[in-house]
Amino acid sequence: MVVRVPPPSAQPRSRLRVLLASGAAALALAAGSIVPGVPLVAAPQQAQAADSGKSTLTVAVAQSVDSLSPFLAQKLFSTSVSRLMYDFLTNYDAKDNHAIPGLATKWEPSADKLTWTYTIRSDSKWSDGQQVTAEDAAWTFNKIMSDEGAAQANGNFVANFEKVTAPSPTQLVIQLKEPQATMAALDVPIVPKHVWEKVGDFSKFNNDTKFPIVGNGPFILTDYKVDQYVKLKANKDFWRGAPKFDELVFKTYKDQDAAVAALRKGEVSFVAGSPALTPAQAASLKGEKNVKVNEGPGRRFFALATNPGAQTKDGKNFGDGNKALLDQKVRQALFLSIDRKTIIDKVFQGHAVEGQGYIPPRFSTYFWQPSAEQSLAYDPAKAAQLLDDAGYKLKGDQRVGKDGKPLDLRILCHATDPNDKAIGKYLKEWWGKLGIGLKVDCLDDVSVPWYAGEYDLAFDGWSVNPDPDFVLGIHTCAALPAKAKDSAATDNFICDKTYDELYKKQLAEYDPAKRADIVKQMESWMYDSGYMNIIAYPNAVEAYRTDQIKSITTMPSAAGNIYGQDGYWSWWSAVPAGSSSSDGSGGSSSTGVVIGVIVVVVVLAAGGLFIARRRRTTVDDRE
Amino acid sequence: MTAESTPALVQIADADTEDPAQAGSSAARGPRARNTKAYLQYVAAKIAGATVSLFAVLVTSFFLFRLIPSDPVKQMTGGRPVSAEQLQSLRHQFGLDQPMWRQFTSYVGDALTGDFGTSFQFHAPVIDKITEALPATLLLTGTSYVLYTALGIWLGTRTAWRNGSTSDRFNTAFALTLYSVPSFWLGLLLIIVFSVGVGPIPGMFPTGGLESGGESGFAYILDVAHHLVLPVITLVAVGYAQTLLVMRSSLLDEMGSDYLTTARAKGLRDDVVRRKHAVPNAMLPTFTLMFVNLGHVVAGQILVETVFSWPGLGGLFYQGLSVPDLPLVQGLFFVFATAVILANTLADVLYPLLDPRVGR
Repeated sequence: MVVRVPPPSAQPRSRLRVLLASGAAALALAAGSIVPGVPLVAAPQQAQAADSGKSTLTVAVAQSVDSLSPFLAQKLFSTSVSRLMYDFLTNYDAKDNHAIPGLATKWEPSADKLTWTYTIRSDSKWSDGQQVTAEDAAWTFNKIMSDEGAAQANGNFVANFEKVTAPSPTQLVIQLKEPQATMAALDVPIVPKHVWEKVGDFSKFNNDTKFPIVGNGPFILTDYKVDQYVKLKANKDFWRGAPKFDELVFKTYKDQDAAVAALRKGEVSFVAGSPALTPAQAASLKGEKNVKVNEGPGRRFFALATNPGAQTKDGKNFGDGNKALLDQKVRQALFLSIDRKTIIDKVFQGHAVEGQGYIPPRFSTYFWQPSAEQSLAYDPAKAAQLLDDAGYKLKGDQRVGKDGKPLDLRILCHATDPNDKAIGKYLKEWWGKLGIGLKVDCLDDVSVPWYAGEYDLAFDGWSVNPDPDFVLGIHTCAALPAKAKDSAATDNFICDKTYDELYKKQLAEYDPAKRADIVKQMESWMYDSGYMNIIAYPNAVEAYRTDQIKSITTMPSAAGNIYGQDGYWSWWSAVPAGSSSSDGSGGSSSTGVVIGVIVVVVVLAAGGLFIARRRRTTVDDRE
Repeated sequence: MTAESTPALVQIADADTEDPAQAGSSAARGPRARNTKAYLQYVAAKIAGATVSLFAVLVTSFFLFRLIPSDPVKQMTGGRPVSAEQLQSLRHQFGLDQPMWRQFTSYVGDALTGDFGTSFQFHAPVIDKITEALPATLLLTGTSYVLYTALGIWLGTRTAWRNGSTSDRFNTAFALTLYSVPSFWLGLLLIIVFSVGVGPIPGMFPTGGLESGGESGFAYILDVAHHLVLPVITLVAVGYAQTLLVMRSSLLDEMGSDYLTTARAKGLRDDVVRRKHAVPNAMLPTFTLMFVNLGHVVAGQILVETVFSWPGLGGLFYQGLSVPDLPLVQGLFFVFATAVILANTLADVLYPLLDPRVGR
């Protein structure tokens, strides 16, 4: 075999040159990527901030911003940033969630229940100095009503609006098609008309090109970098009073363990779970110095939903839900054989409260509990009795129906949720003892079989708002899909006359106490029906640094949560501990480290160069 | 290298039957012209193949993500109070109420003009989202690529040359161990040790992100470099073993060759024999690997980008998939595939030039 030795000129260069070339390539790559992204505007402000020792509250967030336009933003994080940038007509009291003044100081319905008049406060100014008027609010609502592109995020709030006008700068009048009790719960950010009327296509305008963004909330958004951070500064002129921290930064952490590490280091002041820190994370932070783990009642419920027979609005049945579940006795038997206490202890490891009624206890006005005789507490013997009564007798170790078929069920589970899987195992065991077979179908996205009605049971859960209208509305007949398998507003195809009548009644009831009473009747009906079995209310578990945050308002204020509140209470009320201890230390030490790293690299490179040169000389000499 | 490249290479080698010593003489003008022509034909075939592949990818990307059973509108609005009319309006806006064939033809038609549509969740053109995240990915994976390739080649050469020695055994075992470590786990470990600090080791590096925000000029470059250290170390640590092993085995193949004995017999220093004679011949398989890896530079590293909250394409793809944000994932998939196809085509085209036994 003849193998040609390449001529000397074509030879690869020495090791050193290869290394130098790689280094240069790396630098070129780095330079090419860095330079276009240099922020030009924010820099001087930042430098100043570091020098004058402004207090900064840094919050680790898991979600990224989908849009900074309040007309488009869908994600929870983006909508909560809107809450900080723009004032809403009303707000929710941190103590008990009742509606309190926001941009509107008072609101009242007409005698015929169809006209609401809001008094707009005269002490609120846009951050560019202009006065906030009722005209801004009227323009915002009218825009959502008339422009499909502007209705993406908040269209549901105006669906029942007939007409919105501003007869005077302090008076906003909303006329309705039907009476609506939720008029103090219009969670719509009011934007400055003089800025937004210049926007052409609302469906494409993301409000992220010009900073600072004109607003009138407790904070003014000053800078934003996609998937990295959102920076806001305190609005010193905010009518309720200026926030105590000078700056609020939301920093994106896509990995929750990394966010916990950042808290431990002091790089961030606050970390929330998504939706909660895992029991392991909470446990590891509990002993940490200067870190406080805060556990408050969650706003979510975790439930088991049964398929009541999927149907369309005009009553066409579809799907393949097990017919046995159409029998209320069977549904109740299933729920009588669930040991909720074990689930709380073993699966949630104590970070949840046992569930009963549809609305979590943190919303005390609407919280409902079954009476002793109504209660479906853990009772396998009673469950077996109910199954016998329903015609599902034990044959060997299997329940068999009148048609001779064994009672085998499927449950939809979210593959991404470890709780679903763990609870699925318990259910298999408990229901197995009763003679019921269970197949746990874990999928990345359960929505397709769910909307096709191709399931028997499903793990379900909703985040509840202070006003329960929405979570109640998803069980009305009106929420059913128009066509089979279409996704719709419905949660799990419940459609019942009694429930619907109660729903209409509560929406038209303007007396808060009477309305709460009707809502409780609905919860009671739902409980008895056995369609929705609320297993637990998972707690919100989060942590913050006590050496950076001295105090912060929770919601409810007695032992509540901090992240994802209804309102801006937490960040608006947070008091800094001492002065600027948060990022000053990190910055200076990091600069030192960078310099150190550079020195080491330079020394190593010089040493390498020296050795290579020496070697090269010897080689050349010998050759 | 793609499989179909081999026959073409052989064809070129067959065409090159002239004595290379005559290559420079006037008599060799004919064969040389023939060679150039054959090479150009070969290149044209490769480019045509790549174009066909790109079109296939375009079509695949449309159907691939529609196979995921899911409802983007419902996912995006999940948990928020949204009425049925609003859901319908969103579906209409996203074009999801159109028949599949119309969605497909408009997607392909638009894509051919460079328009990949508007992201469902970000309300911005997909191309804008990609160009926004691309620099961050190129910075991270590009830097790592250069470093792990250089390190792999260097260590691969050393270990092969000292085959069987303690350092060879140690280096190979160490590289293989790192290679089998999950990158996100190593990343988290580095964060705990070097960001938070353990025992006497101080927390030196940031826990995530690309920048602290607010720096400018040289301070900004330093800040980004500071943020870059840990993710790059992670990628280099799990990535260099592959190059090391390929380099090592191909150099071991060369080491028994006669030409090396000849070189040594000439009295050349061991170092020179290795650098100037053995390594260039052993580089060819490594070149192939380098081009394959180059194609993956654009795709980023989803896990590492996630652990270090790096605002790159990998993270964007993950966010797109979770909806699924169809225009976004389609566009990203196409860009990723294009990068790999281009790198492969480049490898195919350059290979005859790099290999002296084949190219001339």
